[in-house]
Amino acid sequence: MNAVPIISVDGVSKQFGASSSFMRRLAGEPRLAVHALNNVSFEVHRGETLGIVGESGCGKSTLARCLVRLLDPDDGAIRFEGRDIATLRSVERRAFNKRVQMIFQDPYGSLNPRMTVSQVLNEALSVHRMRPKGDIPARITELLDLVRLPHDAASRYPHEFSGGQRQRIGIARALAVEPDVIVADELVSALDVSVQAQVINLLLRLQEELHLTLIFVAHDLRLVRHISHRVAVMYLGQMMEIGPSESLFASPRHPYSKALLDAAPELDPTQRSRVVAARGELPSPLDVPPGCPFASRCPHVFDRCRVERPALTKRASEHSAACHLVDFGAMPSALADAV
Amino acid sequence: MSVAIDTGLGLTVRGLTTLFNTPRGMALAVADVDLDVAPGEMVGLVGESGSGKSVTLRSIMGLIQTPGHVTGRVEWGGRDLVAMPAEELRRIRGSEIAMIFQEPMTALNPVLPVGLQLEENLVAHMRLNARERRARALELMNTVGIPAAERRLNEYPHQFSGGMRQRAMIAIALACSPKLLLADEPTTALDVTIQDQILKLLLDLRDRLAMSVVLVTHDLGVIAGTCDRMAVMYAGRIVEMGTVIDVFRQPRHPYTRGLLGSVPRAGAVRTMLSSIEGTPPSLTDLPAGCAFHPRCSFATDICRQERPPLLSLGNERKAACFHHDRVAAAEAIL
Repeated sequence: MNAVPIISVDGVSKQFGASSSFMRRLAGEPRLAVHALNNVSFEVHRGETLGIVGESGCGKSTLARCLVRLLDPDDGAIRFEGRDIATLRSVERRAFNKRVQMIFQDPYGSLNPRMTVSQVLNEALSVHRMRPKGDIPARITELLDLVRLPHDAASRYPHEFSGGQRQRIGIARALAVEPDVIVADELVSALDVSVQAQVINLLLRLQEELHLTLIFVAHDLRLVRHISHRVAVMYLGQMMEIGPSESLFASPRHPYSKALLDAAPELDPTQRSRVVAARGELPSPLDVPPGCPFASRCPHVFDRCRVERPALTKRASEHSAACHLVDFGAMPSALADAV
Repeated sequence: MSVAIDTGLGLTVRGLTTLFNTPRGMALAVADVDLDVAPGEMVGLVGESGSGKSVTLRSIMGLIQTPGHVTGRVEWGGRDLVAMPAEELRRIRGSEIAMIFQEPMTALNPVLPVGLQLEENLVAHMRLNARERRARALELMNTVGIPAAERRLNEYPHQFSGGMRQRAMIAIALACSPKLLLADEPTTALDVTIQDQILKLLLDLRDRLAMSVVLVTHDLGVIAGTCDRMAVMYAGRIVEMGTVIDVFRQPRHPYTRGLLGSVPRAGAVRTMLSSIEGTPPSLTDLPAGCAFHPRCSFATDICRQERPPLLSLGNERKAACFHHDRVAAAEAIL
């Protein structure tokens, strides 16, 4: 996977101003801001699935929105096939929108309740002039087949479908414009386990058939592990670790990734543990500590962590982590080599 | 009235049935549920949305209101909670049996300080003066691991984080040292590291206070990590029951098997999950025979005509399937 990345994210930061009290302003204190993204950099290769995991408030949804340009980053650049997407204007921007599609978490909120499925798909197809008018009905049938919805679904309204079926409509709408990249934000979080599996299977199959690049944002580690080639772990707006799915899950190189893995409930009742994986709670995103954001909860913390923010550095080929303990989680043999 | 019951207070539920009269017809939310919870035992109730797991818990606690209607027996210390007069039930609720809910922000009163809500429970069930109540409240806050308890007692729920709110709710539930804790998806709204903390707290409290716990969840991983025994619910009925180890090792109902297969596991990356096709049935319009047959790959004619009874298979194991032998013999999911 050494080809030119389809998307590259370079030092992206995003802040959201919080309302500050009159007294604060009177006292001349600086405006409060949530640092949703803090100097995030990574690349996405063509045809791969990149999973982005993290707990609430880690910035994963903000990142997803920046990737499809629903939000503009304050700092840094996102490049699609080498071009900064912030500089795209009119026709180019529309072409970009067509090639990078997003599917949202809430299948209730993201579909217009007054439009039938065929109107929803028709809108997507005609706005981007995907097909001549006469061919649209046939294409709608094709799309419904693709996501395994019955043909009579076309004339029905969103409220007539179950959650899983609604998510399929969202997928069909995204696929209508034949995108290269799909950004899925918590696609299956609202669904029951058995329906989740159906949608995940559909996504795996579509990716093979249509050679899609997939950015899968979720909080469920088991799902992300299952679907991703590579995984990025985020915490308080920062990238803590990124690497190939299997090696990251087998030997995480960041204490936070390890805590996250240990905390995730295992499906094996014989492997129980009574040890708490991570103590404490997430610091307020309004007041991120100056050093490593995980320092307040990390069992391996030492003085340097509280003053100096660790940079994301290479641990192995394709595997990076942002921790001062460079040897954390390294295999014993690698450790021996390093010494 | 004396509350003292000899040790070995257990819960016995027999034929619990809850019906809701809806505009679309009678909805059978819980049907003929039998459940035993031994003292100090942690029992998991698992199922998807609409399977009746939360309604079962609320029916045990007597929290079902019209248009709902509960029948059957819920035996607790020799008394039947279903037939009990409301006033008597109120004395048990919150003292001997306590409940915690999924969303602590809606379960807690937003305009009262947490400390006051904690003391409310002590006023209702215990004879303590103001100073003793305060001391007990502080003790409870420490028990559930809320730091700076003195200050936090005067704070309002919105000043607590999600995890701390859930701890506060557990503290309120524990106020009168209950013998049975009913937990309705207590960690579903929480982040995974906080969920881990709360589950381990529940396990510790169970050991320390020797109480029984019924834990309702949709997450099989939570059951695997905490419970002793489990019951799987589908369309209002218990379809399988047994010790957690047994059920995970060899499911005997196709629905349990399907649920286990739907959860991604390590070592099978980017393979198709063995999902269950279709969606759960509407409770007002259940299919004839076994409610699971339209989604079941083991189904035969008898499943379409007759409803399989929940059969005892020995060793605390029960399954409601005509083909439980075939299911057990089927290729392992792993």
